[in-house]
Amino acid sequence: MPLDSARAIVVAVRRGETSAVEVCRTALSRIAAVNPALNAFHTISDERALAQAAALDDRRDEWDRLPLLGVPVALKDNLCTRGLKTTAGSRILEHYVPPYDATAVHRLVAAGAVVVGKTNCDEFAMGSSTENSAFGPTRNPWAPGRTPGGSSGGSAAAVAARMVPLALGSDTGGSIRQPAALCGVVGLKPTYGRVSRYGLLAFASSLDQIGPFATSVADAAVALQVMAGPDPRDATCAAAPVGDFVGALNGRVGGVKIGVPRALVSEEAGVDPEIRTTFEQSIDTLRQLGAEIVDVALPHSAHAIPVYYLVATAEASSNLARYDGVRYGYRAPDAAALGEMYDRTRDAGFGPEVKRRILLGTYVLSAGYYDAYYLKAQQVRTLIRRDYEIALDAVDLIAMPTSPTPAFGLGERMDDPLQMYLADVFTVAANLAGLPSISIPCGFTEAWLPCSLQLTGRAMDEATVLRVADAFERATTFARERPNPL
Amino acid sequence: MSGDFTREDVERIARLARLELTEQEKTLLTPQLSAFLAYAEQVQQVATAGVPPTSHPLDSTAGLNVSWRDDTPQASLDRTEALSQAPEADVARGLFKVPRVLA
Repeated sequence: MPLDSARAIVVAVRRGETSAVEVCRTALSRIAAVNPALNAFHTISDERALAQAAALDDRRDEWDRLPLLGVPVALKDNLCTRGLKTTAGSRILEHYVPPYDATAVHRLVAAGAVVVGKTNCDEFAMGSSTENSAFGPTRNPWAPGRTPGGSSGGSAAAVAARMVPLALGSDTGGSIRQPAALCGVVGLKPTYGRVSRYGLLAFASSLDQIGPFATSVADAAVALQVMAGPDPRDATCAAAPVGDFVGALNGRVGGVKIGVPRALVSEEAGVDPEIRTTFEQSIDTLRQLGAEIVDVALPHSAHAIPVYYLVATAEASSNLARYDGVRYGYRAPDAAALGEMYDRTRDAGFGPEVKRRILLGTYVLSAGYYDAYYLKAQQVRTLIRRDYEIALDAVDLIAMPTSPTPAFGLGERMDDPLQMYLADVFTVAANLAGLPSISIPCGFTEAWLPCSLQLTGRAMDEATVLRVADAFERATTFARERPNPL
Repeated sequence: MSGDFTREDVERIARLARLELTEQEKTLLTPQLSAFLAYAEQVQQVATAGVPPTSHPLDSTAGLNVSWRDDTPQASLDRTEALSQAPEADVARGLFKVPRVLA
């Protein structure tokens, strides 16, 4: 059974052509063969996965009600899994075993998914290359000397290398979409509040959102369908009704209006020429499919990167205060007093990028700087949001490249944090505005690195985002390409 | 404003953030943080008079932002489980243990 399609696996298991255990074994042997070269998985939960698959095979009377029956899934290692180590790529949580499951994980498993492991990520999801993991970088399956993007690089690489057909990540400023783009797979960030954040180790609470990686838009739609909806354990999880995302995939694009913010996608804005070429070709494809393409202006998005990093680091400095060596995680030994224990625990437990962001966030929240940095950033955030609201009154979707460059080399940007932050130039605005946004493969560079198209829609209108992305995917072959010789 | 960002600022905010930094870390972090703050100065140029700050991205979208529930008591995490991940605990007495507060 190939690990290309979650939906195909479900059909095959239901028909008795294979079993959940057999599919699980296939995934585990694929992981054993490919993972050592890529370091996509940090933890492989083989025994537990096989037991879970065997239980599914026995529950034949429930098969018709399980939309992810027997589908092996990988989870970013910042999603809590009861009884299974969850590190967030950090030394401070190296041996942490959560006593509960994240709601999104619980819902996937209840739908028949089989968790085969936890994937590598930038420490506490802070990074754009997965190089900030305390457990070594993940490599891009298309070009092992390059990064898979980040911070959910392990999940993206796991799907790209067909170790699993489906994986979860979290997206605070692009951490699902950018690695999906660099690894040539589908990555969806739902509307803020569409999926419960309960059990997601918090980075920036007003921006974080869980979403799927898949090899097709349709599989991503199934995963969202399963995870979406209110959760009494997350007050920010929206009460809005969950539509029929899978049923929305009717292939129709006619009449859809798509806005292109030309000023942002220009050569002067530092966008790689090959990325621009594939983007323009994608726009032509959408036009041929019946979409009306118009220009839109998002003037305040020029400030999206500094606004994002001011807001996100402020929230992170507060969220990460909980790692103090008292209730869970690492504690520095032999401290004479409590304060010394805190200081040494956090210095030894956190890596350089996390410290950088905690310090920056602490600074912008501190007395005398709060108004100039944090409050100002929140005000500009309002202006960025309003630009999107105005644009999305006139159009149904906004199209941009996902990443301004294809996958970059390992180590290339590690000495220049600001350069690394610019990787998020097209993705952070959707988080600041809380909007649903998808990255789908849309071409390749001459060196055969994936390029991707990002479509952003109105709040709670994942249906339109998914429908147009699916139609694009049906009309093109890019999502079916896979890395060689893996 | 960021031109004033110094090693002493790094030390001050490290104390606030409860991070013990090595001298080498301070040397590395001072120019890095200073460079970001200089870059972030651009937000100061944006006219924001009368613009409310955003703390929840969808707060203007009626009905989407919060889901309320009744405040009724229900079972929570078992105490032993809650203590199971502590670096040091007295499980029998239900206590997290920490070093002495005063040195």
